[in-house]
Amino acid sequence: MKARRDTRFYLIIAAVLILSYLVTTAMTNQYYFFAGFAILQFIVMALAWNILGGYVGYVNFGSAAFFGMGAYAAIVALQLFNASLFTQIVIGGLFSALLGFLTGYLTLRLRGVYFAIATLALLVVSETLIANFDYVGGAAGTYILPTRKPTILGVLIVGKQDAVFGNYKELLFFIMSFITLAAIATCSFIEKSKFGRGLAALRDNEEAAECMGVPTLKLKLIATTLSGLFMGVTGGIFPYYLTFVDPTSAFNLDISINALAMPIIGGTATWLGPVLGAIVLGTMQQVATVTISSELNVLIVGIFLVAIVLFAPNGFLGLIDKFLKRGN
Amino acid sequence: MNRFCKHTFAIAAAGVIAVAGYMASSSQAIAACPLKIGFSMAQSGGLAGGGKQALVSMEMWAKDVNAKGGLLNCPVKLIYYDDQTNPKTVPGIYAKLLDIDKVDFVVSGYGTNLIAPALPVVIQREMVFMGLFGMNNNKKWKYDKYFQILPSGPDPAVDFSSSWFETVMKMNPKPKSIAFVAADAEFARNLKDGAITNAKRLGLKIVYNKNFPPRTADHTPIVRAVNATNPDLFYVASYPNGSAGLVRAVSEVGTKARAFGGGMVGLQFAGIMKGLGPKLNGVLNYDFYVPEPNMNVYPGVEALLMEYQKIAPAKKVDALGYYLAPWSYAYLQILGDAIKAVGSKDQAKIAEYIHKTEFTTVVGKVKFGANGEWAHPRTLTVQWQNIKKQNDLDQFTKPGVRKIMGPAAFATGKVQPFNSLR
Amino acid sequence: MFSFELLINAIVIGILLGGFYAALSIGLSISFGLLDIVNIAHPTFIILGAFFCYIFNNNFGYDPILVGLVFTPVFYVLGNLIYIVYYHKFEKTGAEALRGLAFFFGILFIIEVSLIVFFGVDFRLVQADYIDFKLSFGDVDLPFRMFVPFVIAMALTLGLQYFSSHTFFGRAMQAVAQDSLALRLVAIDPAKIKRIAFGISLATCSIAGALVVIVIPIEPSVGRLYIGQVFAIVVLGGLGSQSGTLIAAMMLGLIESLVTTFFGPSWAPAVAFGALILVLAFRPTGIFGRVGDTR
Repeated sequence: MKARRDTRFYLIIAAVLILSYLVTTAMTNQYYFFAGFAILQFIVMALAWNILGGYVGYVNFGSAAFFGMGAYAAIVALQLFNASLFTQIVIGGLFSALLGFLTGYLTLRLRGVYFAIATLALLVVSETLIANFDYVGGAAGTYILPTRKPTILGVLIVGKQDAVFGNYKELLFFIMSFITLAAIATCSFIEKSKFGRGLAALRDNEEAAECMGVPTLKLKLIATTLSGLFMGVTGGIFPYYLTFVDPTSAFNLDISINALAMPIIGGTATWLGPVLGAIVLGTMQQVATVTISSELNVLIVGIFLVAIVLFAPNGFLGLIDKFLKRGN
Repeated sequence: MNRFCKHTFAIAAAGVIAVAGYMASSSQAIAACPLKIGFSMAQSGGLAGGGKQALVSMEMWAKDVNAKGGLLNCPVKLIYYDDQTNPKTVPGIYAKLLDIDKVDFVVSGYGTNLIAPALPVVIQREMVFMGLFGMNNNKKWKYDKYFQILPSGPDPAVDFSSSWFETVMKMNPKPKSIAFVAADAEFARNLKDGAITNAKRLGLKIVYNKNFPPRTADHTPIVRAVNATNPDLFYVASYPNGSAGLVRAVSEVGTKARAFGGGMVGLQFAGIMKGLGPKLNGVLNYDFYVPEPNMNVYPGVEALLMEYQKIAPAKKVDALGYYLAPWSYAYLQILGDAIKAVGSKDQAKIAEYIHKTEFTTVVGKVKFGANGEWAHPRTLTVQWQNIKKQNDLDQFTKPGVRKIMGPAAFATGKVQPFNSLR
Repeated sequence: MFSFELLINAIVIGILLGGFYAALSIGLSISFGLLDIVNIAHPTFIILGAFFCYIFNNNFGYDPILVGLVFTPVFYVLGNLIYIVYYHKFEKTGAEALRGLAFFFGILFIIEVSLIVFFGVDFRLVQADYIDFKLSFGDVDLPFRMFVPFVIAMALTLGLQYFSSHTFFGRAMQAVAQDSLALRLVAIDPAKIKRIAFGISLATCSIAGALVVIVIPIEPSVGRLYIGQVFAIVVLGGLGSQSGTLIAAMMLGLIESLVTTFFGPSWAPAVAFGALILVLAFRPTGIFGRVGDTR
């Protein structure tokens, strides 16, 4: 029974991936790819945050550090040996995974709010280090020019005619869809596995879990590494998307804020929460940027945040649960 | 209904609402008129002060053009969105402008970081792109349809400070040493690097060269550290809060340097001018337009500023508008004149026209060079003096407060040592 | 380039800067340190206070510190009101402090936008006679622009420290963090204590705002730059300890000043926050935090 549900789940994921490719061929209006890319980015960051924040209960304020380091690792790879987009993403992910591992190790004894502040300190230190690192442009930033006619094994990937994708944004959107689905699959897998149960035990009471023989250190390290991996991958693809990266935008506090607010809004219990929160809050921000515009769109987000937190304390999923329970 | 179904339904519902949201934010008209010009502009965030200022004069341009019958027999309409001084919003904004709002032309937002992310989008569509105060955006792309209104010159970072160095080298005795301080941010860093090139070329000895983070609350330790190296020249590249902080720090600590200033952004803003008052005396800084007599070779600029200053208070923007208003008017003016001359919306022909023409605009004659930068630099070097009153904005609207040191064609004064004017 | 003059001046400015940072953080040491309320909008409230000082200084010529003091009751009442909402929605239902975080984020945005709408985004400075004044002792300077805020900050911090340890309410405040059940047993309503405490925390923002606008030019979003710093100072000093906050602030101010003078300003944030990480590695609850505190 469970195996059948699992296969159904993975089949759905594969189908969505194929669908996202078809969308790139069918849709002519490129704006939706830009907006879609931004939302997918939010989703992955929220999912990654939730691995540590929702499943383990450790609040990470420094998500932007993992994101930014992933982006800059990719840039270093590009400048050192002209790495391809794929390599950049992999290197970005691996570097931030390592950073996650180190962070987990160094913050062994920190609990709760102390851990949160340590991650914030990590963010400031990372940003300062990169701002002084002139090889990647330092505080002035650096330009990344995507390869004109990229090919893999002789197949033209991006080009106006006869290519797999019509332009770069479609390619990036597709890659981002893949990453998002991978993140969802990973989170879903964690939730159902022994690993996930261990994390839940950790979250509820760390001392008790240790007494029961749960290898808390090992679990924490895996969680921080995974979280770092996905944030780093998202960062790795960022230079190609924006083509101009500087420390201020790569390490911006708003990345951390969004990664944190979206699971809170959506719900932290399962992977559905971050996805929902990211879609809702992300779309709101995107739409507000191109409609109301001006400072008022920040006001809308602010009011929305306050309203959600006041009236839907368990996030959207909690709200939906409440509604449907009442109906029954 | 089990939980899985419930939650999938929730996700699907969110997705549908999201798509609906996008559809709702789309406009469908694809008529020939009005002629739509689209751009992003900072109305919130760090550069909003400049962005909002620029917007006022850009809307003035649209009004002026429509009063004369519009362009290509259509009224002109500006469509813009707030980029929040956040580069990440820019690609999406330009995609929306081009794909959904279906604008006919695009121009840039304000600031290097906000221009950069738009370039790939614009280049892919092969559109003409006028840039507003971006430093060296085109250096790597080498796009042939990009034009920048910042009057820095063909090698922007270096040419920007060439007038300042020319001015200080006129001092007697000739200065020998120089200290560099720059804010850790894009424009300031580029400016400093360009200035260092100039300093090396002139054989000046660099005795101090450090950057400071934008968050610095107190700049006196920096000034002291610089003073300890005893430089003849003290070059600063900074953003508004750093510029204000350093001017105050130098006021408190003092300096023996004979020239202080260089690339300080923000001293041109009304709020900061008013707040710093006499502390600005002696500062030698860059500028683009000042109310000095020789500047009336810019045809129509005085009328423009008077009109701007009438609208400004209601919109809560910079009261004087000296810094950006003439230039944001000009970059649209050039585009408009080119469209009229070519007589169509053909981007390639318009770009070609702009490349080969010398325009007469509210900021005088403008000619673009190879990379879309100015063929000849026209950044001014001014020295602040005769500021007598505290907290008084009016004194800055009269000549004699910012005397022009160079370029020679505009000069209204001679450079004097920093401390002699305080 | 080393000289004693540089060193002494760097130390003086470091201490003055530390006082300034202490004023920014002391309110948070109450709301976050004692009450576990993640008030991320704290610096923004300070900027709100700073703008009040600006209006009254610019239009009527009143001294900014005077304005700050006068507005303290206003902020106190505001704090009470906000706490009442917070209590009903979060504390009572037992929701974690994290939900409160999102709430205060929302408030941060709302305040910032209101400031932008009312004042625009230009930088504002205040004018007061003592701002340009400085005392000189030989080669050592004491700029009043930093010294006056320092004195006020010291008064504020030491006053609150005294209040915490020597008055009934103050001790009740400490108690509510440590053991609110015990408080109830002596017939004190913890909610009321917390409400007053939060009101006090916000009241400090009014005074801190006056100090900020004396030291730096302000614009609506400038508060965001200080979020990391104030939280770091409170945690570094140890949650719940006012004197710990003061010491942590001094440490950060001194580090910043010394690093700026001798190594270059752009390394200052890294060194300051690096110090934080180091301290947390050896004393996980901060300098004066209670050992075994598992918040």
